[in-house]
Amino acid sequence: MGDTPPRSADAGTGASRVITDHARPAGASARPAEDVPTSRTPGGGALGGGGGLPRRRAFGAERAFRGLTLAAGTAVLVVIVAIAVFLVAKAVPALRANTVSFWTFEGWFPNDPEPRFGIGALAFGTVLSAVLALLVAVPVALGIALYLSHYAPRRLGNALGFLIDLLAAVPSVVFGLWGRDYFSGPVADLSAWLNRYFGWLPLFGGDGPYGASMLLGALVLAIMVLPIITSLSREVFRQTPTANEEAALALGATRWEMIRTAVLPYGRPGVIAAVMLGLGRALGETIALALTLGITFNISFNIIDNGGNTIAANIANAFGEANDTGRGALIASGLMLFAITLIVNITARAIIHRRREFTESAA
Amino acid sequence: MAKRIEATNVTAYYGAFKAIENINMTVEPKTVTALIGPSGCGKSTFLRSINRMHEVLPGARVEGSLTIDGQDVYDRDVDVTAVRRMIGMVFQRPNPFPTMSIFENVVAGLRLNGVKKKSVLTDAAEKALRAANLWDEVKDRLGKPGAGLSGGQQQRLCIARTIAVEPQVVLMDEPCSALDPISTLAIEELMFQLKDQYTIIIVTHNMQQASRVSDRTAFFSIEKTGDPGRLIEYDNTQKIFTNPSVKKTEDYITGRFG
Repeated sequence: MGDTPPRSADAGTGASRVITDHARPAGASARPAEDVPTSRTPGGGALGGGGGLPRRRAFGAERAFRGLTLAAGTAVLVVIVAIAVFLVAKAVPALRANTVSFWTFEGWFPNDPEPRFGIGALAFGTVLSAVLALLVAVPVALGIALYLSHYAPRRLGNALGFLIDLLAAVPSVVFGLWGRDYFSGPVADLSAWLNRYFGWLPLFGGDGPYGASMLLGALVLAIMVLPIITSLSREVFRQTPTANEEAALALGATRWEMIRTAVLPYGRPGVIAAVMLGLGRALGETIALALTLGITFNISFNIIDNGGNTIAANIANAFGEANDTGRGALIASGLMLFAITLIVNITARAIIHRRREFTESAA
Repeated sequence: MAKRIEATNVTAYYGAFKAIENINMTVEPKTVTALIGPSGCGKSTFLRSINRMHEVLPGARVEGSLTIDGQDVYDRDVDVTAVRRMIGMVFQRPNPFPTMSIFENVVAGLRLNGVKKKSVLTDAAEKALRAANLWDEVKDRLGKPGAGLSGGQQQRLCIARTIAVEPQVVLMDEPCSALDPISTLAIEELMFQLKDQYTIIIVTHNMQQASRVSDRTAFFSIEKTGDPGRLIEYDNTQKIFTNPSVKKTEDYITGRFG
């Protein structure tokens, strides 16, 4: 519901456009065509070009710029390939030296004379912490975004939006320390409460100690991904065409009904993209989880007992004392994380693509 | 199915800016009333005041009294959504919901009213689309997106969406200004048919259109930029276009000003 007087002024002047519109497109569409390929040299006298057409320049800013952008684009490919080759070269010897199954073994002892390490628990912890974080963060973020874009007075909305963006600028190690030294207390109390009343659920079972748990890590992660999802969704919601919002209101929609009819369907692809960006950050988050999780190597759906680990957190924790094979093992786990992220991104794109087709021909 | 509208001393503001001042007029049921006048004279503002869409913009407010069959739409106890359901609106640019199919667009207002039964929705959609002269063109592709229609069809879709909730009054804010002459003609014919059931108020810059479709015409104008718009003359369309009583009206319709 943004632009106030300009739009109504526009509404007032609109009808005269009908007359001018007929004349304009012909002239307007002809214009871009005429200055596409020529590089106009002022040498030939008048700019409009009396006399013969000047020759095309052999080398000019146009070509130089094209070369630069091409080089930049190629550089990305080169860097990616170089990294991939390095990672695979380091990972393969470590995987060969592994004396147990990389996929199923729950534990991480790559520095032993007989290296034993498995990715299962780490990959599981990575996905579980990210999913839990999103479950908490997405509803809150969408609520904040809708409040900022459609309910808050404009000034308050801008101020709050700025604060949220500021939250994104806090380094993750600060979140990690805050989570470990302060937030673990309240989370331990909450865990004890959950255990008492909902202990019959596997999620909240176990008998402590509580605190440095998956729940703590996921909640800290949720706070960290909140700003990304909020600001992107807010931008998407703000771009809802005013015409559609007014159409809903004029049909007698309340504000919430207007949001459901016009804003949310319009913003859906953008919101999915925002959630996926948040998921990407949650999957890759390293130091905050290294500080808050209890670091164990087992696959468990219990989220309140001390424990949990993720690929990135494990790399941060184990890298310092790793030997050659240890580093190779960590790099192999990094490749696994890369694969997970890739799968998530491809899935997200598939969802957006499918949704788009759905919304374009929905019944 | 049609109601009388009476405006008494209606004054509307955008923040500190007074857009229209002391508008007094009565619109009879089952007539077409055209609002004409130069750009910025407050026609659209007045139109949007009638169904309380004016106040949607931040800082915008309306003073005075606006009644529909004697009931003040600005009464403190009146539910604004009920007012808008009773007084439908068609906008300048066709604005179907882009994520919805043709069918979903037409029944959007009914769904907002809580109608869930498929058979009711299907019947209402056919009725509204027939009334909007669009049924034959879209009956085979009701599931296709509404935004895929041509501009004129989209505008008739928006009219169908508006009349599907069976309002008492239909407001049209330059409904043909974004359309080609053939689509315009289709919509003008539609207005003739709709007037049997609805009270119609239309803002238009096209004076031929005003003289073709309306029974009564109201001429709005401003003294100079920054002044509020006022109602200069309001009479039978025939009289306004052949023998207006105010010099300013005559200047405007003969093209000497505006």
